[in-house]
Amino acid sequence: MALRELKVCLLGDTGVGKSSIVCRFVQDSFDPDINPTIGASFMTKMVPRNNEIHKYLIWDTAGQERFRSLAPMYYRGSAAAVIVYDITKEETFHMLKTWVKELQHHGPQNIVVAIAGNKCDLVDMREVQTELAKNYAESIDAIFIETSAKTSINISEMFEEISKKIPCVEPCTNDRPSFKLRPLQLESSSSRCC
Amino acid sequence: MRSESPALGMTEGTEPGATCDNHLFLSVRTYEDLLSCDEESDNSLQDNQELHEEAGQSLHNWQLGQLSKPLNKLVLEQVDEENFEGNEDICQEEGGEENFDVKDGVTCKPLNSLEELDFSVRTDDQEALQENDVPRSPGQRNRASRSSASSRDSQDVMSEAWWSLNKHVFVLSEAGKPIYSRYGSEEALSSFMGVLLALVSFVQAGKNIMRSIHSDNHTVMFLHRGPLVLVSVSRSRQSEQQLAQELHYVYNQIISVLTITQLNKVFKAKQNYDLRRLLGGTERFLNSLLNLMQQDPCFLLTAVRCLPLPSSVRDSVSQSLQQARAKDLVFAVLLAKNQLVCMVRMKDQVLHPTDLHLLLNLVSGSTSFREGEVWTPICLPKFNPEGFFYAHISYLDEACTLCLLLLSTDKEAFFTVSDCKRRVLARLCKHDLVHAVQLAMDKDSYSVSQAGVPDLQHFIYKCKSTSQFTSPEMDAPYNSTEQRERLFGLYQQLHSRIHSASRPLKLIYHVWQFETLLAWVTAGFELYTCFSPLVTKAAAIHAITKLLRWIKKEEERLFIMNPLTF
Repeated sequence: MALRELKVCLLGDTGVGKSSIVCRFVQDSFDPDINPTIGASFMTKMVPRNNEIHKYLIWDTAGQERFRSLAPMYYRGSAAAVIVYDITKEETFHMLKTWVKELQHHGPQNIVVAIAGNKCDLVDMREVQTELAKNYAESIDAIFIETSAKTSINISEMFEEISKKIPCVEPCTNDRPSFKLRPLQLESSSSRCC
Repeated sequence: MRSESPALGMTEGTEPGATCDNHLFLSVRTYEDLLSCDEESDNSLQDNQELHEEAGQSLHNWQLGQLSKPLNKLVLEQVDEENFEGNEDICQEEGGEENFDVKDGVTCKPLNSLEELDFSVRTDDQEALQENDVPRSPGQRNRASRSSASSRDSQDVMSEAWWSLNKHVFVLSEAGKPIYSRYGSEEALSSFMGVLLALVSFVQAGKNIMRSIHSDNHTVMFLHRGPLVLVSVSRSRQSEQQLAQELHYVYNQIISVLTITQLNKVFKAKQNYDLRRLLGGTERFLNSLLNLMQQDPCFLLTAVRCLPLPSSVRDSVSQSLQQARAKDLVFAVLLAKNQLVCMVRMKDQVLHPTDLHLLLNLVSGSTSFREGEVWTPICLPKFNPEGFFYAHISYLDEACTLCLLLLSTDKEAFFTVSDCKRRVLARLCKHDLVHAVQLAMDKDSYSVSQAGVPDLQHFIYKCKSTSQFTSPEMDAPYNSTEQRERLFGLYQQLHSRIHSASRPLKLIYHVWQFETLLAWVTAGFELYTCFSPLVTKAAAIHAITKLLRWIKKEEERLFIMNPLTF
């Protein structure tokens, strides 16, 4: 089976649930008291799909302001960026727009953008209407999906959508070569090897 | 009491645990070193008399609660420098000394040029709530949820329960903006922080530096570093030096997140900047640091505790860590449960124990390193307060007890360093070392009875030249939290007396109600021992000779004796 590497980074305001989404996707677990990410966390996940094995290389970045300046380091080498907002907090949706702008100006060309409205299980507290976000996503030609890491809604679907949209033969970008060093191995889904 | 030191002829470099010249850490005598290397501010301190000496006895009787209205009028709108200079003049013209009449509960003439804010220190809850309604700075976009929670907190702030807490720590900016409070929300405390700043600026206006205020029950300690003012209000019996040291740690923790360059830059650009924006998420580490300092002697001793490990295992682990060789990789550190397993460093580069403590606090203060591999900037203030290291942090075992930190100076080196980690782990697994270290961690470190010294209940031994220390498990009667804290408190007192700046001692023998303590400081080591209360002086001195012999015999296991370099 062919192995396809998919480099994805998650961006978004602090507390919107980026790490929870990754945690749900990679380990299928959810921790309500998860600690804020420090710097950025790198994880991998292998998913067999049709005749291929998709290997996701995921950068889960910290949303806090002091780490903002590091973000280019992570999205520069990515084929896709998931920008996450919290449907119960309107300001996180505004923050999402600044992330989109930053990607448009400084991100790699042809980067696949996905917009994820997380915490969609908290319908009662919704502040950002689905239509609004959806229209915005269409206007920038981004994937739009509402997710819930807590109840595991649309998480793996989102990553599947991304994998469909990332072109199979990746255009030659100026990646660091170190990105491709990982040996072919069919080990467990998490990055830990012990 | 003073006594002749037992003649063991221990000189530096020959004490148990001492190695040749190859040291992992900077050798730090004790916290005097930490405090003495402060910047310019401390020189001026020596020129000026300390406030509490100058103001004499009266200040000693000054209760915190006595801070009353008049002082509050000396208000703190030093948004720009000129304004501040202006204040200084006014103070002097109006006669600073008269103003500072402490016996009457600190009175100062109101300064006409300044806005008069009416607040009192011990507001009741309602007033505190009103204070809370002060408009917030624009930089609090993310704080909506937090400030709604804070209105609840603010009721607790200033309550009896809040006042009776053992140690409060506050950090504020020179413009009086609250940055951190250990208990209660910063918003609710903004007026209180204003008073703290008023005290600092008032004394500063008289060309003095506020160091501390003492009352019967409280010590208020001040530290003014760069654009930050740090204050602790404590009930503990710690010495001034110890309290100052804690504030230095808090300051260093903030620097480790921002670097001194960034800190100065933001305040230079905007003096009333709300630093909490940039520090977001750091409260957790400040809290854990303060808690850790209350129980771990490593801060008190400025030394590092090593995991007791058979020397053969430790050497193999060191060799495995050496595999992490890469350009710009400066330190490879393996930690287990707040103890150092081993460390490999770049040639000619040494780590200060204080910096390692910050790394310990980073790892123990958050669970976010448990997933995947983390890559984060961190500044080690003693190494270089102006720049960031980039730390690759990952756990090596499923139980998340063994944590590997790889510190590189290259921001882009994640994949190179990640590869180093894989090499280290492969080698550790090959020789089954992860398991060996886990075994050492699982059983209690060691019991004091293993030393075979009668009447000895506990001890702490620090080898000065290597900045490493060792101490046994706290067995009975110190198996409850209260008892442990009590013993730690005794050690703190012992430490402060033996290192008293005005009258340093070499040996203290002190009989307390439940135990007898003996502390001994030589050029090579510091030893704090705790005996049963019935021990005689002669027996105790005989016992520590025996103990030192035992430590010497066990040094290979208790300390890192063969540190490696890349």
